Amino acid sequence: MNVFALEFPEISHILVWPDILPSFNKVALIGVAAVLATVIIFFIAGRRDPLKPPKGVRNLAESSVDFIESDIVMQTIGRDGLGWTPFLISIFFFVLFCNITEILPTVQMPATARMAIPISMALVVWIVYNTVGVKHQGFFGYLKNSCFPPGVPKALYILVAPIEFVSTFIVRPFSLAIRLFANMLAGHLLLVTFAILTDALITANTAFLKVIFVLPLFMLIFLTAFEILVSVLQAYIFTILTAVYIGGAAHPEH
Amino acid sequence: MSAANILAQQLNASDQKNANAAIGAGFAYGLAAIGPGIGIGYVVGKAIEAMARQPEAAGVVRTTMFLGIAFTEALALIGFVVFILLKFA
Repeated sequence: MNVFALEFPEISHILVWPDILPSFNKVALIGVAAVLATVIIFFIAGRRDPLKPPKGVRNLAESSVDFIESDIVMQTIGRDGLGWTPFLISIFFFVLFCNITEILPTVQMPATARMAIPISMALVVWIVYNTVGVKHQGFFGYLKNSCFPPGVPKALYILVAPIEFVSTFIVRPFSLAIRLFANMLAGHLLLVTFAILTDALITANTAFLKVIFVLPLFMLIFLTAFEILVSVLQAYIFTILTAVYIGGAAHPEH
Repeated sequence: MSAANILAQQLNASDQKNANAAIGAGFAYGLAAIGPGIGIGYVVGKAIEAMARQPEAAGVVRTTMFLGIAFTEALALIGFVVFILLKFA
């Protein structure tokens, strides 16, 4: 595509990576690396002597466990949901490491900007919260509590029940996946746009254009910092929504 | 013959389709951003008001605020996905 004499690459050139191994490309490699990083962090942290004061990796692991327990589990599920902490921590760190590769120099590609990882994780979350709901309330009790929220006039249930059914069982996993996917894709495209603009201005043959390349460069630096915030925030939001869905399935009265 | 007529004759069918897709994509994202923009402003404004009134409840308010932002923002993001689908698919 050609906008203002800038060559913007095709979207497939930005997002589709050639296979390293058969059906295994850079995005899959980032996914595997994210799993390994999560496992290694908690493996090292777990091996440290618990009697010594925590430092380094163990400090990070302890403060993240504390963060997940006090800020996510206690606020959404309650005390009886503390058993979900390992599941939520795994989700948080996996999503965070998949996102943060967006700004990692020489990698520069968020694994969650392809639909495969977000939709698979949303399906896992969908299975988990439905299983919790069926386990705590029974199949028909769960269906009734999901579709017929209390405190609604009887006649309105004709309208409310189908809406609640669709939003709980169909829209939730898709919105969970699309929220993560679209945020990371949008960030990636923004970074690509400003990187290309900076590059085109530096290599331009007019002296004036060579000078104003600092403007998109500052924007690029600012956006890189902003994308760190977005990566952490999206991991947090994915985790807290998982916790909210599990909490809603476990305690229907809320 | 007016300039628009000449232009219309020069555009063949696939160019016309691409132009329509580009216009539709621009409108899709622009219109989808209006509502969530107002909504997120409202959510954050009310959350700040609540935190200023009751600083001891700031933790709960912040969690709920992020939840509200996440639900509101989903609409804008669906608009962005439609933009990508119209423009590139």
